Amino acid sequence: MKTFCSVWLLLSLVELSPAPPASQEPPLACTGAPDPAPPQPETAEDMASTGDLEPTHYPARRAAQVALHYLNTHHGSPFRVFGLQQVHKASAEDVAAGGRKYKLDFSVTDWGSGSATMNKSSEEFFSNTTDVLNIAGPALRCSADVLFPRTERHSAPEVQLHCEALHQINSTAQEEDAFYQKYISPDSAVSARDIPDSFGNVSEEMQPFWRLARVAASFIMLRESSENTEFNMAKVASVTQQESSGEQLMLEFVVLLHDLPSQVTHKHTHRLWTLMDTEAVCVLTVCVCSAGDRSVEAAGVLVSRQRRQGPADRVAAQMPSRHQTPKLTL
Amino acid sequence: MRVYLAVFALLALDFWTHGFSTERPIDIRVPHSSLSAVKDFLKKNNVPFNVMINNVQELLDREKSEMVSNAKMERSTKSFNFAAYHDLETIYSFMDTLVASHPNLITKVHIGNSYENRPMYALKFSTGGVNRPAIWVDAGIHSREWVTQASAVWIANKIASNYGVDPSVTSLLGQMDIYLMIVTNPDGYVFTHTNNRMWRKTRSVKSGSSCRGVDPNRNWDAGFGGPGASKDPCSDSYHGPYAHSEVEVKNVVDLIMGHGNFKSFISVHSYSQLLMYPYGYTCTDIPDMSELHSVGTAAIKELTSLYNTRYQVGSICKIIYQASGGSIDWTYDIGIKYSFAFELRDTGFYGFLLPANQIIPTAEETWLGLKYIMEYVRNHPY
Repeated sequence: MKTFCSVWLLLSLVELSPAPPASQEPPLACTGAPDPAPPQPETAEDMASTGDLEPTHYPARRAAQVALHYLNTHHGSPFRVFGLQQVHKASAEDVAAGGRKYKLDFSVTDWGSGSATMNKSSEEFFSNTTDVLNIAGPALRCSADVLFPRTERHSAPEVQLHCEALHQINSTAQEEDAFYQKYISPDSAVSARDIPDSFGNVSEEMQPFWRLARVAASFIMLRESSENTEFNMAKVASVTQQESSGEQLMLEFVVLLHDLPSQVTHKHTHRLWTLMDTEAVCVLTVCVCSAGDRSVEAAGVLVSRQRRQGPADRVAAQMPSRHQTPKLTL
Repeated sequence: MRVYLAVFALLALDFWTHGFSTERPIDIRVPHSSLSAVKDFLKKNNVPFNVMINNVQELLDREKSEMVSNAKMERSTKSFNFAAYHDLETIYSFMDTLVASHPNLITKVHIGNSYENRPMYALKFSTGGVNRPAIWVDAGIHSREWVTQASAVWIANKIASNYGVDPSVTSLLGQMDIYLMIVTNPDGYVFTHTNNRMWRKTRSVKSGSSCRGVDPNRNWDAGFGGPGASKDPCSDSYHGPYAHSEVEVKNVVDLIMGHGNFKSFISVHSYSQLLMYPYGYTCTDIPDMSELHSVGTAAIKELTSLYNTRYQVGSICKIIYQASGGSIDWTYDIGIKYSFAFELRDTGFYGFLLPANQIIPTAEETWLGLKYIMEYVRNHPY
């Protein structure tokens, strides 16, 4: 009986359907734009952030977002996605090996637990609550160290994260199981576009897919983050269920990622596999298709993730070297 | 396969799904003239098919007439659905209705045309006087930020209905004028409806590039071309060939300069839940920093009081990013002290795609913050 699931992040050279016409999306093979080039820090001004940081200013917030992407890769699911609520304290220092390390004290909320109220009318939605953010679920206090390496080519930030009471939040195992059972059936062929649609609508059925897409996107956002980026998933352009092989639920997502500083929206495509253990769906295998130079770098990253059992609330993510034998799909 | 493709082209078939695979069905729209030929072909080759839509045109006609009748229904402001996103035509028609129902308060000012020659209108709220000190509010300069145009529509209606009822608004309009520009980038807005919901820029064509559009909030003459703006025409933050190159920006600049008596300039964006003051082009503090910071803090307190929506206050450069060529930097530098920029809901959950049921709550809380700033400006003439 499996007690944890494996999460695979792969780069693949799959060529997928072309970009939508008549718009100015950058030409796409599998993702679209070459990975966002972190904008060069132009002046010394915006790099003055060392020592205690103002928690409401962007350097602290960007680092906290990175920690959040990390949190979502480890604890996100079709029924759980965390969002940043507030940064309480932050500081930064240059490290000997080159790079800058941020120390953060912040709170997150589970955006996923607001799902039941998502489609209510605005009056109902807001009249009985004084706190918009309470709708999203209680806040969790977290602390994190986020290291942005200073290498000539961009490399992913490194995160150490600890959130209080992570194991105490309501398990979503039952919903995950039901979700899995529903879609693993051989006739299942989920196919949808534009989640949310132009008007912000997400059908009840699509909400778990929306969250799953965000969890998958978190792998990419985490990998691509730097002190000069601030990523969010803007929308799911499409989700298409692939033929499942045995126990594995296989989905292909095309998502749009929005970077706040450059205001660019990037398209990325992920293939996602779930590995089912007898207790719950574990997330996930994510295949990232890359265009341009990065497609050559077919590295694999293995992260093992433990289900929330017992008192362990420190997420132990083993991030082995990026030089594992690349596993190419299709 | 190639032969088939040639045949399909001859028959003017329109494939609605792409990607050929023997496992998956393909959807094809067949023009009426080719219908029997296609059916024969498929039957002859044992290709199973079924008819999903018998008459596509009929469906389109029905949809179109629904939209037309919806648009007609929006015409009266009383029945206008503020909790929905509307297209440009409907918003313009709303403006006309609002002006018609408040002829002594509101006029529609045609400030010029967009790149694609669409009229740009500001609503001027005025109880008289000659060139009174004025407050400027614009929304939708970035077309994908739909909650801003939608909130501005609601706010326009709110100001109109509050006048004569709310003492503060009434006194404000007794001394000052308000200019409210609901759709500051009409070409972009139309494009977000017809082609690309994520379009941000104008739609101008620049020689030497196949990419269109300039970021209208990097195109102002304030640190123009500096950090935080791109010189790549294909970039979403492209600053343009020179300051005020975009007619949309130039039209506002000309109005502000021509008027000469604006005391406050407020630009409304989304998303991130922030209230910001200059500068964006540099992180150096403005001389009026502590005053603007305290006005912003107090305004946010009013905003938050309604639904507990959390906002942060700070200069653009420090709180969000360094960005050159921004509107409120330019307005501050020409002497409009109370220059602010809002970033409305949310903080990234829906981002630009904020559901329509949040339009009114967003507009309501934003109005409280805006009102505070306006009252402060009224009480602190300079």
